[in-house]
Amino acid sequence: MSSSGVPAPRPQQPPASQAPKPQAPPQPPEVWKAFAEKLKDLNPVYEPAKGYLDFVVRPDQLVEAAKRLKEMGFDHVISVGAVDYPAKKQIKVMYHVTSYLNEELPKYVIALSTYVNRDDPRVPSLTSVWPSAEFQEREEYEMFGIIFEGHSDLRPLLLTPVVAALRPLRKDFVVPEESDDIEVDSEAFNATKWW
Amino acid sequence: MSSQTGVQGSEVPRLPGMVVRPVERRVYEVQIGPAHPGSGHMRIFVEVDGDVMTRVDPDIGFVHRTMEKLAEGRDWIKNIPLFERMAILDACNITLPYVEAVERLLDLDPPERAKYLRVLLCEINRIASHLYGFGIFGIFLGHSTLYMWAFGDREVFVQLAEDLTGARLTHSYPVFGGVRRDIPDDFPQNARKATRYMRGRLDEYAKIFLNNPNIRSRLEGVGVLSKNRAAELGVVGPNARASGIKYDVRLVEPYEAYDRLDFEIPIFEEGDALARAWQRVEEIKQSLNIIEQVVDWLEKHPREGFMHDKFWKTAPKLYRDVYEGKIDYAGKYRVKLMPLFATLKVPAGKASARVEAGRGEIFYYVESDGKDVPYRVRVVSPSFRNVIAFKYVMPGHRLMDLPAIYGSFDYFPPEWDR
Repeated sequence: MSSSGVPAPRPQQPPASQAPKPQAPPQPPEVWKAFAEKLKDLNPVYEPAKGYLDFVVRPDQLVEAAKRLKEMGFDHVISVGAVDYPAKKQIKVMYHVTSYLNEELPKYVIALSTYVNRDDPRVPSLTSVWPSAEFQEREEYEMFGIIFEGHSDLRPLLLTPVVAALRPLRKDFVVPEESDDIEVDSEAFNATKWW
Repeated sequence: MSSQTGVQGSEVPRLPGMVVRPVERRVYEVQIGPAHPGSGHMRIFVEVDGDVMTRVDPDIGFVHRTMEKLAEGRDWIKNIPLFERMAILDACNITLPYVEAVERLLDLDPPERAKYLRVLLCEINRIASHLYGFGIFGIFLGHSTLYMWAFGDREVFVQLAEDLTGARLTHSYPVFGGVRRDIPDDFPQNARKATRYMRGRLDEYAKIFLNNPNIRSRLEGVGVLSKNRAAELGVVGPNARASGIKYDVRLVEPYEAYDRLDFEIPIFEEGDALARAWQRVEEIKQSLNIIEQVVDWLEKHPREGFMHDKFWKTAPKLYRDVYEGKIDYAGKYRVKLMPLFATLKVPAGKASARVEAGRGEIFYYVESDGKDVPYRVRVVSPSFRNVIAFKYVMPGHRLMDLPAIYGSFDYFPPEWDR
């Protein structure tokens, strides 16, 4: 620090040419392309993810894509998940699937996902293709209010209907934070003293 | 409770939260649960015709603790003790995929020694979890001796886990970038003693329980789940392998140090309750082999580097001195984790990880938006994927077979309710 009190000149901002360029969209790996070849006419969109391969299709293509994946050997659902994006007014529904009976496929986890409108989330149920999705679709129904059309038994699973109506896993359901401290209202306490 | 009146939905007063279901005539509905003396809390609606079950509806959620929601409001590191509460006796396996998924987002690889230490606790947990399930299975069939034996023998492995981590059940042992601490000096000899003891005990289990004519007549041919049916329902873990499915995450997508260890995946073809019981005994044998190999490896290699450098270099001096053996630590100090964990921000992205836990495959989906708390964590626990089998396997059996099938799937309500 200089004694005069004048702060040392800051290093100048890098010129515009050195500023980070907008990144090119990430390229899908070869494995993804090989699987996408089978879904070619559905035009699945690649989204980068670690640990699984994400295929994003439109909601109306979901059943067709699921049937193709099942023909390839992906025979059961690991997880039916959903993520709420209030800013985009969308909910992403994901089916993570893999294979039991095929020799080669168990090492891959594939996510078949779709974006639905947050105000009226409706997707076709995939229980007709993968019966193992039955209970998990019920769970996403109660947690997010997603209607799985064609599900044989769509009712709340873990929650009571009253709690499920609040759609607890959506981002606008905020859990109020409680203080760790015990708050004592001394004035009120002293006012009630009779001794 | 019987519903013989055949009421119409419109005649019944609808109260908030009330569910009305019409039930056929001459069919009785029995509610098993929700409070069990022998298990956690769940309820099964069973419709019986005579004593043959015609419809089974598992009604779960009595111990639901909203873990996925709670995780969205906690620091990354504080979610480890949270997720442990799903299955406290299988704590390492249950939290490991969360740790792995976050490590994938952070793009860091734990040191070799940490991987072996994680495998060690995973296998100790797996044995403890199988013995726990076995004990409950015994008491469900009225076999109190097995219950006492299994819970007594489980104590050996709970003690090993305590020596390793400092806690009997909720260890919080794997953390991002490594594990919390290394093995104590006398651990290898205790572990070898425990594996020798357990091998002998497994033979006695077979004598008193699995080959016992009483038990065999209760289990053989009961609750048969064929290979294709098991794949269709997505049943996981030992239950799937007892139906002939060769699927184990340790085999198909080796994590940690499993690709460097020598073990087999036992498989049974029968798919009945007895095969599921034998499956667990065979898996305990394999886990004992793995523990011995890991202990050998840990003895041969120098005791250093159980935590990734990124975190280790922020460790306080006391922590380093204790682990480098400069000061004598005998429970005198309270050693805390590195400060970097408290302020950790995980880069934005999506990751998933799966691990073979005691009861089967557990899967985590983790999404980060670059903040100090997760944006979304999705957990699918093994018991949750097995519960669907109750609905489809039980109908057609007698009511007395319900506890046998229920126990053979190694149910654990706190785990599937999350």
